[in-house]
Amino acid sequence: MTNDPLRIGKYTFQSRLIVGSGKYKDFAETRAALDASGAEMITVAVRRVNITDPARENLLDYIDLERTTILPNTAGCYTVDECVRTARLARAAGINDLVKVEVIGDDKTLFPDAEATLEATRILVKEGFTCLPYTNDDPIMARKLADAGAAAVMPLAAPIGSGLGVCNPYNLRIILEQATVPIIVDAGVGTASDATVVMELGADGVLMNTAIAGAREPIAMARAMRLGVEAGRLAYRAGRIPRKLYATASSPLEGVVR
Amino acid sequence: MEIRLNGEPYTCGDQTTVETLLAALNLNPERVVVEHNRTLLERGQSLARHLSAGDEVEIVTLVGGG
Repeated sequence: MTNDPLRIGKYTFQSRLIVGSGKYKDFAETRAALDASGAEMITVAVRRVNITDPARENLLDYIDLERTTILPNTAGCYTVDECVRTARLARAAGINDLVKVEVIGDDKTLFPDAEATLEATRILVKEGFTCLPYTNDDPIMARKLADAGAAAVMPLAAPIGSGLGVCNPYNLRIILEQATVPIIVDAGVGTASDATVVMELGADGVLMNTAIAGAREPIAMARAMRLGVEAGRLAYRAGRIPRKLYATASSPLEGVVR
Repeated sequence: MEIRLNGEPYTCGDQTTVETLLAALNLNPERVVVEHNRTLLERGQSLARHLSAGDEVEIVTLVGGG
């Protein structure tokens, strides 16, 4: 039970929680939340340097790259070209070949553009990237992405930053049942019990950012998420009891003093 | 001469290279990635490339994000 690693391509993790690095008040808080979460992988975005006011400090200066794997994303990309270009820029940073493939289809829902995500994944897999595409909770797309060579598939629980929790557990169950690669539920988690639900369904991992960074106390929430993910994983492996409509006594029926 | 740097006009000396541009901007080459006229400069590739008027240069870095 203690040795239950998550394997994604050639990478191995002991923690099944992946955290984002956006929306923290400063890099020190980002690092403290990362430590409290126990996560071994953290997402980052690729952005233009602010030329008029170049930052003195870089996020990477705050992350222990020996024990933390960087997962660059293509957030903000709306086309296949933007996504592929951003992934190449990320890889040229020289850290690794991982990429969270993200092609957004609409700025209000931030739902992924499934068609573009699939095409970008095909291109990036061919170029040797270890691809983790962000996708809708659609079993057909999940299968196509795995078939395209994705190292893991990342369906959403709910819209990015919404905190709604798992909106369609039935679709996630179908995705998990047919999975040929790890399934990481990415986006939509609001609190620790949401993360537990995700893991109890049998997801291989969960990725979140706003649920931690947007909490009143991000570092405390990071720890809550760590425990929630661990609890859900343990419960999944332990095997829950079936749901029954009527009661079953826990104490012996014989020998009651009357 | 004028180039386009991260989508904006930027004035620099005629002998500017990618390397001297990064130095002028006080940027650590280890922490940024550069595209010169849409050509990605891979790690270890020479930054001694000369820039010409009208060139497009993108300088990106990794930032916080989900």
